[in-house]
Amino acid sequence: MKAAEIMLEARNLTKVYQRGSEEVVALEGISLKVRRGEFLAFVGPSGSGKTTLVNILGCLDNPTSGLLRLRGRDVFCEGKRLPESRLTKIRREVFGYVFQKFYLVPTLTVAENIALPFAFFRKPGSLPDPMEAAKLLGLEKRLNHKPGQLSGGEMQRAAIARALVNNPEIILADEPTGNLDTARCREIGRALERLNREKGLTILLVTHNLELARSAQRVLELRDGRLVKPGSKRR
Amino acid sequence: MISIYQVAAKNLFRKKARSLLTVVGIALSAWVLVSLLGFNRGYENALSKDIDNMGFQVLVAAKGCPYEAATLMLKGGTGLRYMKQSVTEDILKHPEVEQVTPMLMQAVFDPNKGEDGSLTAYLGVDPATFPAMKGFLKFKQGAWFTDPEALQAVMGYEAAELEQREVGDSLLVPEMEVEFKVVGVLARSGTQDDGTIFVPIRTLQNIFNKKGQLTGIGVKVNRKADIAALEQKLYDLPDVQVVSLAQVKQTIMSLVSTAKVMVLSIALIAILIAMVGVVNTILMSVLERYREIGILKSMGAMPWDVFRMIWVETVILCLLGGALGVGLGLVLSKVTDLLIRRLLPYTPTGSLIRIDGGLALLTLAAVLAVGLASGLYPAWRAARVRPLESIRAEGD
Repeated sequence: MKAAEIMLEARNLTKVYQRGSEEVVALEGISLKVRRGEFLAFVGPSGSGKTTLVNILGCLDNPTSGLLRLRGRDVFCEGKRLPESRLTKIRREVFGYVFQKFYLVPTLTVAENIALPFAFFRKPGSLPDPMEAAKLLGLEKRLNHKPGQLSGGEMQRAAIARALVNNPEIILADEPTGNLDTARCREIGRALERLNREKGLTILLVTHNLELARSAQRVLELRDGRLVKPGSKRR
Repeated sequence: MISIYQVAAKNLFRKKARSLLTVVGIALSAWVLVSLLGFNRGYENALSKDIDNMGFQVLVAAKGCPYEAATLMLKGGTGLRYMKQSVTEDILKHPEVEQVTPMLMQAVFDPNKGEDGSLTAYLGVDPATFPAMKGFLKFKQGAWFTDPEALQAVMGYEAAELEQREVGDSLLVPEMEVEFKVVGVLARSGTQDDGTIFVPIRTLQNIFNKKGQLTGIGVKVNRKADIAALEQKLYDLPDVQVVSLAQVKQTIMSLVSTAKVMVLSIALIAILIAMVGVVNTILMSVLERYREIGILKSMGAMPWDVFRMIWVETVILCLLGGALGVGLGLVLSKVTDLLIRRLLPYTPTGSLIRIDGGLALLTLAAVLAVGLASGLYPAWRAARVRPLESIRAEGD
């Protein structure tokens, strides 16, 4: 059987922040490969570097050194980075982002929020009808509601649907359940799992929640900016 | 499918009170601006119309203050000075003069007029020459008097309305125990004639004991004659001053120019304040949505998309405010007209505020330009937001 394509490859990534005169090492020597259709969860305590790592993998941030490849092409290689305009194009064509705070536009309806990416960019191969994404996340009955009329779980599902409309190859979800209760956490976990299983989406999930992390096929633990153990199959 | 323009328009509903106040600020500035521009146009037009409807191009008046003479020419004046009627003959000697008409203005305090009484002005005119010069005046009722010594009066449209008189009615001159019979009521002309009561000049001279005296002589000049040269010649006459149409226009315009400069300054300040208000509103909105803008960029918005979205918000605010201001200017032009009439020493009789489609569009264009300029900085700030900045704030 043919092995799945490598979507992302990181080699010896480091990230160092300057905080005043002090240098803070956020990531050190991170190497990993993410295959197409893989559901990967990053866990670890606060400050362990999981968000920094996922931001770099999601082309939102640059490493200080190391190599990052997306579908075999260099995005960052030992100090050389792609220009911001190129990174923007990569971000909108390859990634769909979901964050802890949902950032739905309060003056737009759920339907309008989900279709919002199309106001800026419509990728060839994007969903012909953005409401398909809403349907996939079970939001059909909430389309005409404003975000303020939704529960936290519904808002996050709307944010996920919004991330799906341009048919991304990778979903990057950073603490998507950080503001939700246990029941809503499970709801989001199931939604991500279904997207991975049914649509074959590659998912990078950052979470503190070990139960949610169990939705992933592979869990990577970070501590003090390093991967402490190789990913283990959970599902 | 939603567009950037719809997103921008809906964004303005987030803080409704703030958006509304900004729109009101812009509307007030636009109102001041359109009214000022309308005033500039309307005042000159009304003044020109008043002067053109004089029927004569030059007024010869008794020597005195030139401003007073200008006021006398247009409105009657109160501090009246007199000259001899024989001056009329001297003026007629000049070949440039086509016709002259002597006039005597008299004002009488009428205690029954209004709440506290007020002045009623009578203009004594020569029935042989005045109607010929004022050929454009139409009658609503009756006709001009023909007897130079008759106790008859022709009332301007507004004067007749105010006194509630018709042809055949009597008109009592207070304190003089004299009654005129109304023989004509003029149709509305839109000039100062509407408020005037015309009586035969000799009758007025007799009643007020001003025999052989005039307050002004209207001079109609031959079409091809050089008015300036005639003016020079008339200055040689003793104890008179000559006021030409052009001079009157200039004199009045100089009188109101100070007020215009002041109003223009106020309009500019109002526009600047509105502009600062717009910048503040949009900038606040950008700062409040800093993270959200970052998320928009992460979902595919390019810097130009974000710039356009914020710019459109500014333009919508300015267009709404501008349209409201122009609307206010149109609807309240009568009120503004009344206010200006109270403020200025002299105002012509026609409409002082003239706002037409062109002026409305010009004002909207000016407000739009202000909006475009005001939106530049907030839009530029928003366009520079990087997705990472908003995402970092998510914390790890």
